[in-house]
Amino acid sequence: MTPDPVAITRAEVAHVAKLARLGLTADEIDRLTGELAGILIHARDMGELDFTGVEPTTHPLPLVNVVRPDEVEPTLDRDEVLTAAPEVEDNRFRVPRILEAP
Amino acid sequence: MDRAYEIAASVRSGERSAREVIDGYLDNVAARNDELNALLLVGADAARASADAIDAVVAQGKDPGPLAGVPVVLKDNLCQRGVPTTCGSRILEGWKPPYTATVVEAVIAAGGIALGKANLDEFAMGSSTENSAFGPTRNPHDPSRVPGGSSGGSAAAVAAEFAPLALGSDTGGSIRQPAALCGVVGVKPTYGRVSRYGLVAFASSLDQIGPFATSVSDAALLLDAISGHDRRDSTSIADQLIPVAPSLNEGVAGLRVGVIEELTNGEGVAPEVSAAVSAAAAALEAAGAIIEMVSLPSTQFGLSAYYMIAPAEASSNLARYDGVRYGLRVDGDDLSTMNERTRDAGFGAEVKRRIMLGTYALSAGYYDAYYGRAQRVRTLITRDFDRVYENCDVLLSPTSPTTAFKLGDRTADPMAMYQSDVCTIPTNLAGHPAMSLPWGKGADGMPVGVQVLAPALGEPTMFRAARVIEDAAP
Amino acid sequence: MNTETKWVPVIGLEVHCELSTATKLFCACPNTFGSEPNTNVCPVCLGLPGSLPVLNARAVEFALRLAEALNFDVPARSVFARKNYFYPDMPKDYQITQFELPILQDGTIDVDGVSIEIERAHLEEDTGKSTHIGGAGRIHDAEYSLIDYNRAGVPLLEIVSRPDIRSAEQARGYASELRAVLLAIGISDVKMEEGSMRVDANISLRASESDEFGVKVEIKNMNSLRSLGRAITHEIERQAAALDAGETIVQETRHWDESENRTSGMRSKEGSSDYRYFPEPDLVPVAPTAEQRNAVRNSLPELPAHRRDRLVEEWGVSLSDARILVDAPGLADYAEAAVAALNQGSARDVVNMCTGDLLAYTNETGRIPDEVPLTPTGLAELADLVGDGTLSRSLAQEVFADCVESRKNPRAVVEERGLAQVSDTGELATIIDAVLAAHSDAIAQYHAGDDKERKKKRGFLMGEAMKASKGKGNPQLLNQLLDERLT
Repeated sequence: MTPDPVAITRAEVAHVAKLARLGLTADEIDRLTGELAGILIHARDMGELDFTGVEPTTHPLPLVNVVRPDEVEPTLDRDEVLTAAPEVEDNRFRVPRILEAP
Repeated sequence: MDRAYEIAASVRSGERSAREVIDGYLDNVAARNDELNALLLVGADAARASADAIDAVVAQGKDPGPLAGVPVVLKDNLCQRGVPTTCGSRILEGWKPPYTATVVEAVIAAGGIALGKANLDEFAMGSSTENSAFGPTRNPHDPSRVPGGSSGGSAAAVAAEFAPLALGSDTGGSIRQPAALCGVVGVKPTYGRVSRYGLVAFASSLDQIGPFATSVSDAALLLDAISGHDRRDSTSIADQLIPVAPSLNEGVAGLRVGVIEELTNGEGVAPEVSAAVSAAAAALEAAGAIIEMVSLPSTQFGLSAYYMIAPAEASSNLARYDGVRYGLRVDGDDLSTMNERTRDAGFGAEVKRRIMLGTYALSAGYYDAYYGRAQRVRTLITRDFDRVYENCDVLLSPTSPTTAFKLGDRTADPMAMYQSDVCTIPTNLAGHPAMSLPWGKGADGMPVGVQVLAPALGEPTMFRAARVIEDAAP
Repeated sequence: MNTETKWVPVIGLEVHCELSTATKLFCACPNTFGSEPNTNVCPVCLGLPGSLPVLNARAVEFALRLAEALNFDVPARSVFARKNYFYPDMPKDYQITQFELPILQDGTIDVDGVSIEIERAHLEEDTGKSTHIGGAGRIHDAEYSLIDYNRAGVPLLEIVSRPDIRSAEQARGYASELRAVLLAIGISDVKMEEGSMRVDANISLRASESDEFGVKVEIKNMNSLRSLGRAITHEIERQAAALDAGETIVQETRHWDESENRTSGMRSKEGSSDYRYFPEPDLVPVAPTAEQRNAVRNSLPELPAHRRDRLVEEWGVSLSDARILVDAPGLADYAEAAVAALNQGSARDVVNMCTGDLLAYTNETGRIPDEVPLTPTGLAELADLVGDGTLSRSLAQEVFADCVESRKNPRAVVEERGLAQVSDTGELATIIDAVLAAHSDAIAQYHAGDDKERKKKRGFLMGEAMKASKGKGNPQLLNQLLDERLT
């Protein structure tokens, strides 16, 4: 078993915010560092358990091979789809430049 | 208080019009929704039109179905084509789904009338409905108190007689805990019994849709209407299901009932709540059931496992709210700035906290210690249940350790709020069914709930026990 | 030690091929190329809140076909996982793929007599397509981008080789053979130009006297086998030059620029590549059954290596012609149908027509052999006309062109245009004699000249005779008559 990690740091919280694309303020990062540490410390109680021979449960049901036939069904109306979009051009979804300006 | 099955019977027979029924409930909504904030959207015109259509069907001598003319409130994380679906979040404000959830189709196909969309904790994350971007819902029994959550709007709507039935979703107790706090019946079915297609996901391996009602038989009516296989949900059970309504009144003679020691007499459980569970057990015993105390030691780790698994899945499920295809966008010069600003402005504090927690739990280097362990705890909890179900048909425990608390009481301390779910979480982790039903009131005058649990697909037995408890309840 | 022997290239290829199913991997939207933007979409492939994926049965069957073709192990169960990262052409901001438990493991492919190991193949969904506006359409300089989700959710099979490949030539051979196999078993149309087969290469150099691997560089954006070979050659040279100069190689992804004939570093799309994989809770494991595997095994078509050997053996054609027939979609089927319909004609003529005029026609028109106006039976008729002496091979080419143009059968064209070859010895003798009478000077030069001069004059006289016959004279007979008169 992996040893318990040390309490979460402010730098880790800032990194996780980047991964999650959350534009957090400095105050939010401070507050979350404390709150997440509290929850993670509580979660350490799981470390007391003996997991020998215990497989992870990823799913509550023992189902396998759920598939559908390869048959086409109706698609959505494009106007209905595009109406929901914040910005559209040329029947496509418009987004700002994908990479930061050099 | 009108029962849903009575309404359906009278509408089907032509004794009462669906229009008359819906107008009555809309009057109740008009009288109290501003105070309670249980419904975010009331589709009065559409509901009246649906009622008229039901009446026309009856006039033609046809049967509109088992929910004929019964108003049903939908938690606002269920999609209905063309009807705004917010999930209690700014990030989805104004979004109208271009499709309808399978459960909503089932309700309408059975003759039910979608009355409106109920308030909820944002993306179903919370235990008090205080995390809604559109303001908290208040408990109809005492508006200074919370209705529980996350399906607080659905529970309050049924308790306040805005509708006889409502749908909610339960990921860690989000149907049962508010049902207990509002004094109504709430059911979390077996995972896979009810299709999740069209339920906006919080934690996919735990989420399940279920009914709220004022009686066990009404809950059975709605559960039977929404259960069944759906080819659009890969996790939907394909086996033929046994409906719960036919065996509802068969009693509990010889039924083996276990009272879960850790959850009933555990730390933080109010004495009046423990007492209610004991009284309910006694009522079952009086009706012929065999009662014993059982131990599920690994359930004490349920909270830890749940608060790793659910946020991990949520962090991934909520990535799609990025300002590109629908919902809110806050502009930025480049894509990641736009994404970050949109998500910062669109999500509330609890959602951000869980996204952060889940992202961390899945990230390189921490997966095994948090997410990996949590999934193994899930296995241990399921084994514990399997062991006790060798000797028991159903189990009993409290639904919530306490009665409804005051608004604002637990908002400052996430861990204190999370403790509200300690009794309900183990069944979600195991994928089993469980339901909450009222058992009198506490010293504060607020409703107390007891929980009946059953093994996978054990709903018929669970409902039989619930019927007996319901009849005996003070 | 020179640079070529000092460094050993270590190359692994990642091939993404789009499966030619009717629908997408997890929804029932059509899987078609070139539709109007955002028309082949539904709640699932748009990642709308509340939607759920359901696996396409045919995609599993296609993966099992590849298992049979390349001797993969099929694990008892494979599991889908979510790969989490933000990118706007990915509607859920995660990709459903397979990570720890792929559907196929440990295959092999024979490339020109060398067995290359394939580590794994797994199913995953494709992304949508971004068009970058401004900055000459390049992502780095674009002002903004537009997204079409028609391709989002199209099924991909990602096939990952072990780093067993040692040269650009071998890499091309691997990709070419894999393409032939995917085509033969009917699971992909493998068009590199349209992106239905994409090949990325991981390249590092290892010092020949060392076991230590070098730093790996990934190169992308090769849209043909030729550019794959050139890009790898270039990258090997670049790394060798850098190492020779004492520089270190940076682990990165580089972009092949075909027009500039070089690779250039790409700016990283995301600061970190922590993909936070976890099992996809909306899907259940895939556990192929023995029945499924048997059904696939019993319906597997002939594989390209076997077919090439058989054609060489049965028809006596060269291995390179057999390769052309087998590699071009539908061409070998067409040729086999034509050969089966032959009477007097030869398989060799059929093959030459297929690899020559027919292939040129399909390349030019973008049609597949099945869509060519001349059917295999028609082509057999043409080969028969050559075989029975009615047409010379050059006339046969004219008839072919006429047939595909006019959609008539070869005999009708020959009749209409009066193209039948003249084999009447008397008629041909008259022609030869007239030509010789008109060119007495050439005959004199023929007799006086050396071998070279004689050959030249003989060729001239033969050409004049053929011209006089309006191209219809039977060349064998004309040659024979000319020889008789010149000796």
